[in-house]
Amino acid sequence: MSEMEARGSGAAPVLRNVLIGLLVVIAVVLQLSVAPAFAIRGITPDLALLVVVAVALARGGQAGLVAGFAAGVLLDLAPPADHTAGRWALALLIVGYVAGRVRENSTAHNGPGGPNALTVMVTVAACSFIGVSIFAVSGLILGEAPTTLLPTVLISVGYDLLLAPLLIPMLLWLIGKGD
Amino acid sequence: MSLLSPRPSERLRKGLEQRKGPKPMVRTPRERLNRRGSLETSAGGGGPKRSWLIVLVLCCATLATLDQTPVLEPARTAVGEVLSPLETGAAMVARPFTGVPEWFDTRDDLRDRLTKLEAENSTLRRQVEVNDYGRAKLAEYESITRAADDLGYALVPARVTAFGPAQTFNRTVTIDAGSAAGIRSDMSVVTGDGLVGRVLRVTKTSATVLLIVDAASVVGGRVGGADSAGKKSGQVGMVRGSGVVAGRSDAGLLTLDLVDQTAAPLKGETVITWGDGRAAPYVSGLPIGEVTDTFESVRDSSRTVRIKPYVDFGSLDVVGVVVPNDTVSDRAVVTPEGELR
Repeated sequence: MSEMEARGSGAAPVLRNVLIGLLVVIAVVLQLSVAPAFAIRGITPDLALLVVVAVALARGGQAGLVAGFAAGVLLDLAPPADHTAGRWALALLIVGYVAGRVRENSTAHNGPGGPNALTVMVTVAACSFIGVSIFAVSGLILGEAPTTLLPTVLISVGYDLLLAPLLIPMLLWLIGKGD
Repeated sequence: MSLLSPRPSERLRKGLEQRKGPKPMVRTPRERLNRRGSLETSAGGGGPKRSWLIVLVLCCATLATLDQTPVLEPARTAVGEVLSPLETGAAMVARPFTGVPEWFDTRDDLRDRLTKLEAENSTLRRQVEVNDYGRAKLAEYESITRAADDLGYALVPARVTAFGPAQTFNRTVTIDAGSAAGIRSDMSVVTGDGLVGRVLRVTKTSATVLLIVDAASVVGGRVGGADSAGKKSGQVGMVRGSGVVAGRSDAGLLTLDLVDQTAAPLKGETVITWGDGRAAPYVSGLPIGEVTDTFESVRDSSRTVRIKPYVDFGSLDVVGVVVPNDTVSDRAVVTPEGELR
């Protein structure tokens, strides 16, 4: 036990955090460069949001919070972005928090073994809705109003749900591998 | 994770095991870690997490506030410097895959696009080809409008559709406006440059115009402007055509036989029509041409003035027919004010 705990609090967390950081950066880069080629009516899949959800589901709300904030800040500052910084950071931070809460509740009720597939899908849908909505509504508050709010959010949620079965298991496996 | 203390989670795990019975899977380190994270939060009451949440939300607010000033520009630049090469690289690597959606275009889709592009292509090509012609036509129409303004007569615009053959020795053209456009015989036909001729006969949709260069054409002409104060101004005569549409320097296309045989108009003076404003065949004040030279015939003691017409009869296209102001026409009438009615 003590050996395992030592490993858990020693060199391994650094590696794990580096892995998560790499995943976040890769997701942000792909979301900004490759995803637009697959855009539906200009709406691209939120890869960074899916990574944040996966991190929160695998590692809890704390990691989700930090990963969400980091990914959001990157999205806010990376080149094509021209909106007020902090909007994606806030959105993804809340996403990480919510996904972390889902994981806590599911582990508390169902015991260990991670949330089941249905929970994951519902979480992705909810988180995607929350994240995109927060981003859009914060834009509304800051006067950077999007033109069509609800259709954009719904298409975005649908796209994320479409990608979730492909990406989330892979991400969970990768993050689990890091453990 | 490193913040967590293992003790309470260890205790709770044991408690859970007691409640739910032993599970062999729990022994794997991954399960244990997963579970420990969850148990820690319930045991810790979300203490550190809530503070983290608040701190990070405040960070977001700070960022948003800072972004109202240029403070964040260096950060944006720095992130851009690092991420831009990565984005470029990723886009380059992913180029074979970003074309994937196009693979699902069906044959019919592609054929539709091909048809549409071909149609667009031919339309554009035709536009390019007729561009110069269209521009010239527009200039002609503008000159007709200007002529109506200058002359003070209402004009019906028309296009020349046919030239009479030279072997008939009649210099006539057909225009595409007829009685339906309000045109009657003996009306004057002009361009922006000057007098063209008069209408001989009309059908419903066309009219035949006798050019003033026709050998049988006679137009009353007056040398000099009607309001010119010079001594030799206002000489009246008859302008006759030579029967030649275009010649070298166009000098001899028209001749003017003056009533006063002693008058000798100066070179370059303008010859305009005379008559009364409403009378057919020629309304007054239309420019015909300018005097090029004068010669006398001793034998019949007459003086002939040669006139170069203003109108180029070899390239007639858009002409205007002088009509009364209240003409009812099936096409737009250019009013004396230069407007379309």
